Amino acid sequence: MYYIDPHIHMVSRTTDDYETLAKMGCVGVSEPAFWAGYDRGSAAGFRDYFEQLTAFEPKRAGWFGIQHYTWLCINAKEAENVVLARDVIAMIPQFLDRPGVLGIGEIGLNKNTRNEAIVFLEHIDLAMKTNEQILIHTPHLEDKYQGTRMILDMLTADSRIDRSRVLVDHVEEHTIRPVLEGGFWAGMTLYPVSKCTPQRAADMVEIYGPERLLVNSAGDWGPSKPTAVADFILEMRKRGHPEGLIRRVVYDNPLEFFGQSRNFAFAAPDV
Amino acid sequence: MTAKRTKQAVLEQEFLSLRAKILELAAGLDRLDRAAGQRPDDGRPDQLDRAMRLLLDAGPARAERIQLVFSRDYDETWRLQFSV
Repeated sequence: MYYIDPHIHMVSRTTDDYETLAKMGCVGVSEPAFWAGYDRGSAAGFRDYFEQLTAFEPKRAGWFGIQHYTWLCINAKEAENVVLARDVIAMIPQFLDRPGVLGIGEIGLNKNTRNEAIVFLEHIDLAMKTNEQILIHTPHLEDKYQGTRMILDMLTADSRIDRSRVLVDHVEEHTIRPVLEGGFWAGMTLYPVSKCTPQRAADMVEIYGPERLLVNSAGDWGPSKPTAVADFILEMRKRGHPEGLIRRVVYDNPLEFFGQSRNFAFAAPDV
Repeated sequence: MTAKRTKQAVLEQEFLSLRAKILELAAGLDRLDRAAGQRPDDGRPDQLDRAMRLLLDAGPARAERIQLVFSRDYDETWRLQFSV
């Protein structure tokens, strides 16, 4: 089955991983800007990173027939530095019209601090001025519930936001319902230990239905499995779910959500 | 739209996996007991106790309720406190 991974950090994966993804049926990846594992020292560092995301990664993905899309921001972890964050936000518009740039992301909260909230709101403001879609990171572990509620408070207070163009990612059992009831898209991340499993993601599809739900691997520099979406496909098949339902979550839904971005041009595989 | 398995089918498919996970939990608790020193009082052992008691509760939504055991509280006045 062809699928699209809507959240994966290929900049931190080897080229072999692209080959493996292609063999698994992945035809598209969406890569939000994220924390590299250390705090970058300057806006120039982010400029180089955005260059890598918008120029090199699409080329590298293309060697294996995978279409690559990206999102730009300063992530929540580094957003604690408001001065740096403002320099980066000021630079982002220079990259927004590049092919494959889908919007602003992955913005969000990390430890749910005041500075993080300030920078989150300034990203939202940029997205509204440039008519971008938004991809949101919700915090890890014990911070997730509180942070997701805070994020939803900020989103719902802004009447400019079209909720159908916003993806709230890394939802789990205690955050998925308010996200969906709020009219946003919800992403389930299949990441070992700290996030969800293919089995629990399948449970949530069964409970809430497939509308506005995505699954992703968030494969990155940490212990992660970039092929996790294929694991979800298998789990759904083992439970007897029809191919049409599975394809909706892993292929049709990403196309529907990303199709709202002006820079999303997707060549569907010839079947 | 979604296929609905019977309870029998779920048990057939998942019994061994559930059994293995319960054993992992038990072994982890045994490790904690065998380790030296006093039981830490940083709140985490109590969280584990509360979470495990929820496993024996009647459903639904045990997973959701256990997630909340391990979550920081949300205060709806946060924007006032942050002046944001």
